[in-house]
Amino acid sequence: MLTTDICIVGAGPVGLFAVFEAGLLKMRCHVIDALPIVGGQLSEIYPKKPIYDIPGFPEVLAGDLVKNLEKQIEPFHPTFTLGERVEHLHKQDDGSFIVETSEGTKVACKVVVIAGGLGSFEPRKPAIENLETFEGKGVNYMVRDPETFRSKKVVIAGGGDSALDWAIFLAGVAEDLTLVHRGTSFRGAPESAQKVLSMAEEGQIKLLLKSNVTDVHGNGKLNAVTVLVDNATPYNIEVDYFIPLFGLVPKLGPIDAWGLELDKSAIVVNTVDYSTNIPGVYAIGDINTYPGKLKLILCGFHEAALMAQSAYNIVYPDKKFVLKYTTVNGIQEL
Amino acid sequence: MEELIKIIVETQDGERVELEAPTDMGLSVMEVMKANELNVPAICGGMAICATCHVEVLESGELPEMNDDEAYMLETLPHATATSRLSCQLRISPEMDGLVVRLKPEA
Repeated sequence: MLTTDICIVGAGPVGLFAVFEAGLLKMRCHVIDALPIVGGQLSEIYPKKPIYDIPGFPEVLAGDLVKNLEKQIEPFHPTFTLGERVEHLHKQDDGSFIVETSEGTKVACKVVVIAGGLGSFEPRKPAIENLETFEGKGVNYMVRDPETFRSKKVVIAGGGDSALDWAIFLAGVAEDLTLVHRGTSFRGAPESAQKVLSMAEEGQIKLLLKSNVTDVHGNGKLNAVTVLVDNATPYNIEVDYFIPLFGLVPKLGPIDAWGLELDKSAIVVNTVDYSTNIPGVYAIGDINTYPGKLKLILCGFHEAALMAQSAYNIVYPDKKFVLKYTTVNGIQEL
Repeated sequence: MEELIKIIVETQDGERVELEAPTDMGLSVMEVMKANELNVPAICGGMAICATCHVEVLESGELPEMNDDEAYMLETLPHATATSRLSCQLRISPEMDGLVVRLKPEA
């Protein structure tokens, strides 16, 4: 088990800056993120977009801001668990915590800081009745191991890049591959779209345009889906697997069940120190809410600083907090 | 000069709410709905990447053209219809007076 002072959930800009503020106060941090990279949405969604409201930077690319934050926290040697989603929070008798991830990684810590931003990104599910009953029994929202689909009958729904890419790939693996797309054209990467169209002409992919999957059938396990093609009479296709690929949507995820006070999927905090209703657990950045909340990176940075001075009292209960200026004291490596 | 237009929103409960929106503040329909405390998560804040501000346009004059990001998102969205838009991409303009939209379930 990993042991640290503060476990930070979320490696976005605010989570990274929290490492800095904690480091100034000699508190070690471990950072966990569901994405395989640091930076959160700045890295995942808009790395090449400029940000204009970071104090002191008239303009900075989101990706560059993340790089600078990584450099800024280097002296404090944070440790990371990336590509794993935080699932459980176990409170210990002595007031400390064990945070557990989807892959079973455990982190023992005195303080938990949730800097989860939009939440974790999860597959968007189409509105099909009974779809959930077949999850894991023929309905998959992502392709983990392509071999699962070898020599099987597969229907993919969606028109984005991931639907195109997997249709192309799985056409060579599955016995039979149907791609169901609501539109008449594809806006994804033009090469992939062209490839899908030519594979459809050659009969390697069955392509159904202006189509939707409207129903799923089976007995314990999926065996057919109903498709509606261009508003004609719906018909059934025999399948082993149905893979809806409609992109990702941010969800609060398992944090929802931790007993935190929530307001519209945001964590309610006390603005004195951004503490939550669970002592020792703080929430900073876009994931929290309070009267006057603004979802701005700069506000998250401020919240990180106030959180750190409060967390200090938990990590070092016998020491008195003294504000030290970096200009006077420099950065003391941890 | 400030000008107010009216926007009518049919909420998830089927109720119709009339909103007033200023045309000179660069607001989007999503932002106006949020300011009026309608149930619009708009988690991404207006970057056309989460589709949690998805609306179906029921009545309108001329609307701004879709950019690629919005079109791509709508094309991949399972419950989108022919008149679907992302309300975060609809910047309020005088031509929008009388717009009627329906908030979609996911929003």
